Amino acid sequence: MTRKALLTVFVWGAVFMLAAPVFAQGGSAAWTPEVYKWAMIAGGFCLAFAAAVGAYSQSRAVSAACDGISRNPGASPQIRFALLLGLVLIESLVIYVFVIALSIIFVKWGVA
Amino acid sequence: MEQFEHHSALSGILESVFHVHLPDHVVMAIFVAVLLTGFALWFRSRISLENPGKLQLVLESLVGGLIGMLEENVGHKGRQFLGLVGTLGLFILTSNLLGLVPFFSSPTVSLNMPVGCALVTFLYYNFQGIRAQGVGPYFKHFLGPLLPLAIIMLPIEIISHLSRVLSLSIRLFGNIFGEELVVLVLGSLIPFVVPVPMMLFGVFGSLLQAFVFIMLTMIYLGGAVAAEEH
Repeated sequence: MTRKALLTVFVWGAVFMLAAPVFAQGGSAAWTPEVYKWAMIAGGFCLAFAAAVGAYSQSRAVSAACDGISRNPGASPQIRFALLLGLVLIESLVIYVFVIALSIIFVKWGVA
Repeated sequence: MEQFEHHSALSGILESVFHVHLPDHVVMAIFVAVLLTGFALWFRSRISLENPGKLQLVLESLVGGLIGMLEENVGHKGRQFLGLVGTLGLFILTSNLLGLVPFFSSPTVSLNMPVGCALVTFLYYNFQGIRAQGVGPYFKHFLGPLLPLAIIMLPIEIISHLSRVLSLSIRLFGNIFGEELVVLVLGSLIPFVVPVPMMLFGVFGSLLQAFVFIMLTMIYLGGAVAAEEH
């Protein structure tokens, strides 16, 4: 296909995909306090545990990076780059648990 | 999570004046697209070869940095992916930063947009891998190095590839949504000066998340395209 035909197909496809449906949340019945007690405890505890272990792992990464920079200051851009990449990847594991904790605490499971 | 749907000024105007009921993040994403396209078109008329202004030097160094990272991660064929990688990066960066501007909200705050970007990345790197190596050799990489290991390697490889979509989207969504949630909570407690340090951290986090998204896209592209070199 020519480039122009391909471009036309993609632009029309994008225009048609703009008609996105609006998702409406259903009605909320009573979310009993019994279940909600356990939901709050579970959500808070799992996030606290993940944050603690994540902070420990990030502290080890930062201390290793500081050692590396102090031993070899000329390599500091590469070390800094590797440090930032590693920190973001470790932090993303804590973010996964954060999203799960949000869905435990705030989503009303089992309610029509 | 109904209580977290907030309405920016633009979608409020669209709802009340034009009676258009679109979710907040769709309106903001269209706004970001229009903004970036408008900026690019305006800037095109001001590019000059002999007398570059400051903005042109900054953008040139940005593009040069992207091309350098592409060639370092993907190999010598990396230059052709600059279109997608640059667009994704600029779009995600602008979307993240838009949430800090008053009267606007960030399109990445809803889960749908990061999933969209992650799906685009996933489909694109598979498509480029198939285009570079052919359908057969590309799927033979899922079987792993030795043939007897193929039975355990195949589900592991499939799951790891599918989890890349999940991890890309949830990382971006979780960071930006979490930052905005903290600003909201702090603002509802003490609305005066206290949310500002969190918003400063939000600027830094937005930059970092956009950068990590493109970095991972480049790594996946490199893994898909250049795998024939072992």
